[in-house]
Amino acid sequence: MSGLQDAVDGLFARYAMAIDDDRLEDWLALFAEDCRYRIAARDNVEAGLPVSVVYADGRAMLADRVAALRRANIYEAQRYRHVIGRALVEPGPPVAARAGYHVARIMREGDLMLFSAGEYRTAFDEELRIREMTVVYDNARIDTLLALPL
Amino acid sequence: MQTTPQLLAWPGPGLTRVPFEVYRDRALYDAEQERLFRGPAWHFLCMEAELPEPESWRTTHVGETPVIVSRDRQGALHAFENRCAHRGALICLGEGGRGRRLQCVYHAWNYDLEGNLRGVAFEGGIDGAGGMPKGFDKAKHGPRKLRVAAYSGLVFGTFSADAPGLEDWLGPEIRTRLARVLGKPVRLLGRHRQMLPNNWKLYVENVKDSYHASLLHSFFATFRLNRLSQEGGVEVDESGGHHVSWSRMQTDRASDDYEKSGLRAWKEDYALADPRLIRGRDEFGDGVSLQILTVFPTFVAQQVQNALAVRQVVPKGVDRTELLWTYYGFEDDDPELAELRLLQANMVGPAGFISMEDGAVGGFVRRGAAGAAGLAGVVEMGGAGVESQRGRATETSVRGFWKAWRAVMGL
Repeated sequence: MSGLQDAVDGLFARYAMAIDDDRLEDWLALFAEDCRYRIAARDNVEAGLPVSVVYADGRAMLADRVAALRRANIYEAQRYRHVIGRALVEPGPPVAARAGYHVARIMREGDLMLFSAGEYRTAFDEELRIREMTVVYDNARIDTLLALPL
Repeated sequence: MQTTPQLLAWPGPGLTRVPFEVYRDRALYDAEQERLFRGPAWHFLCMEAELPEPESWRTTHVGETPVIVSRDRQGALHAFENRCAHRGALICLGEGGRGRRLQCVYHAWNYDLEGNLRGVAFEGGIDGAGGMPKGFDKAKHGPRKLRVAAYSGLVFGTFSADAPGLEDWLGPEIRTRLARVLGKPVRLLGRHRQMLPNNWKLYVENVKDSYHASLLHSFFATFRLNRLSQEGGVEVDESGGHHVSWSRMQTDRASDDYEKSGLRAWKEDYALADPRLIRGRDEFGDGVSLQILTVFPTFVAQQVQNALAVRQVVPKGVDRTELLWTYYGFEDDDPELAELRLLQANMVGPAGFISMEDGAVGGFVRRGAAGAAGLAGVVEMGGAGVESQRGRATETSVRGFWKAWRAVMGL
């Protein structure tokens, strides 16, 4: 069990560091081919309302999101700093986990804000790739725009 | 109302200049609350689908003013300020709920769903001591009420007795276009809330500005979803304040204007790994794949392929604006269309492939316009007039906004 705990915590750490280091291609590699990924407001999730701010049905759609961020979308230079709490792991199968996160956003000009807080609700495949992930954000309001994944 | 000294010297010619102070001036902002938001204009309150049951309520805003919109036992709609007549606290906290009475938490004064003050706690005092004076008339105390009307499932309100009827306010063209995207029973899909670092008018101008769409939003142009060479147009109503911008996706004339001008928005080699996202369905049967509509001053109805939403623009200070997105589909959506709407919601919203830039660009203007008192922006694309135009390389509807704004502001 502690092996699994370490593995899941390690995976979330790799998830966060890949985003914070601007290695979104490495972030993609953590997902299963047939993954589903959503970023959704807590109010919607709790009300059973299905709309998300980001929704990818399959890794190809996530790859399109990364490609758009790299090549199409315009946003000011910014980076995130994640802090992720210890995961609460359900051994399954399938293995599932919840973990709380804080994301600080740092703009090029130096302003830092606590941009988002919430939780990851995640289910994994046998090789501990992310099969299902909903990022449930608690901050109902998104400041300015959401470019990088949470 | 005190007469305001000249708030602003407006440079000409005509409507082609917009002084930068309009986005930064506190006195103007306060005057807007009085003349526009509490003045003779209709303001979006909520969708009827958000108040599906009798004896329910939702909180919303008209300008900065907090408002409750309710549906009474008989199903009639009402709206009144969300402000207790006693000390001014919010009557209702939260986004909505059900019940016959609304009670302020501070001193438990309570109201019916029409906004009438019904109960004052300890009105007769306790053991004969204290209490309100005998002559206190509850009917003379209560939050200010709004006139309320609904069209195509959209609930609007106005504080003004002078505003025309809602249907006259909207006009025939806007009514037809609204009915086009709201013609069936609605199913709510959810809401996004976004804070914009700029004056509310910068966002409304951005929505009306069909000229920027293919230039700022590279994703759109790359996939030929909204190239300016597509068949489309901009319609502006007589007041100037309302507009519809529309286009058909399948009719791109393959103009090479973009390539020739070497614009950033043209990226030939860009292909989606999974193009399901952009494969829309012609659900309204007219081939129109994009319809962006505004109702003056702060309401937007959006059709981007099958992503349908309404947006409410809420001023939160001179330099802060909340943008509320309410996504919807229809009760008769088949599972495939329901899923398509969720996929296409990726295109718009705070993280939208084709709209995220709009969240930031108003802030760029705010920062750029610092120290620019006495200077003005230029809105001359498509001439100096305010009229419907073919094609969308025009700022006719931006000029229309300023025509309507200046009329109601008396500037």
